[in-house]
Amino acid sequence: MPEPALLNVSNLQAWYGESHVLHGVTFDVRKGEVVTLIGRNGAGKTTTLRSLIGVVGKRAGSGTFKGVDLLKVAPHKVARLGIGYVPEERGIFSKLNVIENLLFPPAWQSGGMSVNEIYSLFPNLKGRDSTPGTRLSGGEQQMLAIGRILRTGADFILLDEPTEGIAPVIIEEIGAALRILKDRGMTIILVEQNLRFAASVADRHFVLDQGKVVDEIANHALDANMDRLNRYLGV
Amino acid sequence: MTDFLGVPIPVLLGQLLLGLINGSFYALLSLGLAIIFGMLNVINFAHGAFYMLGGFVAWYLLSKMGLGYWWTLFAAPLLVGLAGVIIEKTLLKRLYRMDHLYSLLLTFGIALMLEGLFRHIFGAAGKPYPVPALLTGGINLGFMFLPVYRAWVIAVSLAICILTWLAIERTKLGGYLRAATENPALVQAFGINVPLMLTLTYAFCVGLAGFAGALAAPLYQVSPGMGSSIIIVVFAVVVIGGMGSIGGAIVTALALGVIEGLTKTFYPAASSIAVFVVMVLVILIRPSGLFSREA
Repeated sequence: MPEPALLNVSNLQAWYGESHVLHGVTFDVRKGEVVTLIGRNGAGKTTTLRSLIGVVGKRAGSGTFKGVDLLKVAPHKVARLGIGYVPEERGIFSKLNVIENLLFPPAWQSGGMSVNEIYSLFPNLKGRDSTPGTRLSGGEQQMLAIGRILRTGADFILLDEPTEGIAPVIIEEIGAALRILKDRGMTIILVEQNLRFAASVADRHFVLDQGKVVDEIANHALDANMDRLNRYLGV
Repeated sequence: MTDFLGVPIPVLLGQLLLGLINGSFYALLSLGLAIIFGMLNVINFAHGAFYMLGGFVAWYLLSKMGLGYWWTLFAAPLLVGLAGVIIEKTLLKRLYRMDHLYSLLLTFGIALMLEGLFRHIFGAAGKPYPVPALLTGGINLGFMFLPVYRAWVIAVSLAICILTWLAIERTKLGGYLRAATENPALVQAFGINVPLMLTLTYAFCVGLAGFAGALAAPLYQVSPGMGSSIIIVVFAVVVIGGMGSIGGAIVTALALGVIEGLTKTFYPAASSIAVFVVMVLVILIRPSGLFSREA
């Protein structure tokens, strides 16, 4: 019997001011899965994540997580359900150093990783405690942004384009870290443009186009469906 | 030596003390203004009105309800802070995403309405407020006479300023506040109730203004115009210290109080413009303020 979905997003719609950005996004994520949202720029991938955590003002539809509709939860309570958000721009606080950034988000659930565990997952961060957060390289900032979420006990992570603008070596390290997190039972939604990276960690891919999920492709069927996918992505 | 540049030492010290007293009030007010600007991005023109409100709360509770000084000192910031909560929750928070100008105009309007209302009800004349028995009298320091109430004002103002600075710069909660100024959406995504934090910050800062008003009641008379006469100087202090710099606001406030006091001693005619001359110089040399982080 397949696992019941941990997150069920149904007909999610969202607006930025007057412009209607999401037109009914529907997908599900099962416990322990890595699922990607792929699609062209402006397809609504980031907005989908932002809608789920309540950063987008006007939303409709539903996103049921562990039986709770995220659209009805106050934005500051989403994290308390065990959802960790790593934004596209990484959101490292410039006024805080590395360790302060790492210790910044409150831990809402037990079972979070210790600082030492995070350092062994991302050795680049080790010994950099007093470096201002934004002095790190882009890749290291990404590691810091993921690391600080792991401390909070979140078991569901929303990861927005972790490979964007990052050196290939670091991308590999982040990929390895994500596979370790997956083995530890973490559930992850990954927004990604880098198909090769997405294929190296994900179980399923949802293709977004013009604010809708237009296709679902299992990772093992990715090669067989490459033509179809390239058409969506316009490459 | 009994005089300095032709001014008797006791007179000089007396003016210095007056300068420090004024500086203490500037500090309590500019501290709140700087925090509100830094955290909420609001230029709170109503700050003087809240100071006045604190004075009136103290006066009303004492003269109409017989509550003692210590109670009024406690109740004034609480009631003024409550007024702040109401204004923030009903009006101010709608303007956070807009240009500064909107909140400036709103708070300026609130200040005018409050001042007009109090003038209408209580008249323009000042209301006397006695110094509490415990703090009357003075200490002879040998070189000058120090009234106890004035010493108390300086001590309690400094203590509150330092505690507030520590709370913002050195505590976890202060860290959330500082981070929320950089990226409120993300701080909220980490599970922190940012809107509540902003409401409480505003309430705390206008509560400080209310506290300053109650503290000032025995020194200056309580009158509807007391806020508007101090607020312009306080704005100058914040501009000189650097908008949003909390430590800068405290240090600048005390220094300017002293500069004002000294001007009064040596060239009384210029005393009311001394602060603004300093402001002009600072704007010419270092437009972002003496203590701002960006040079």
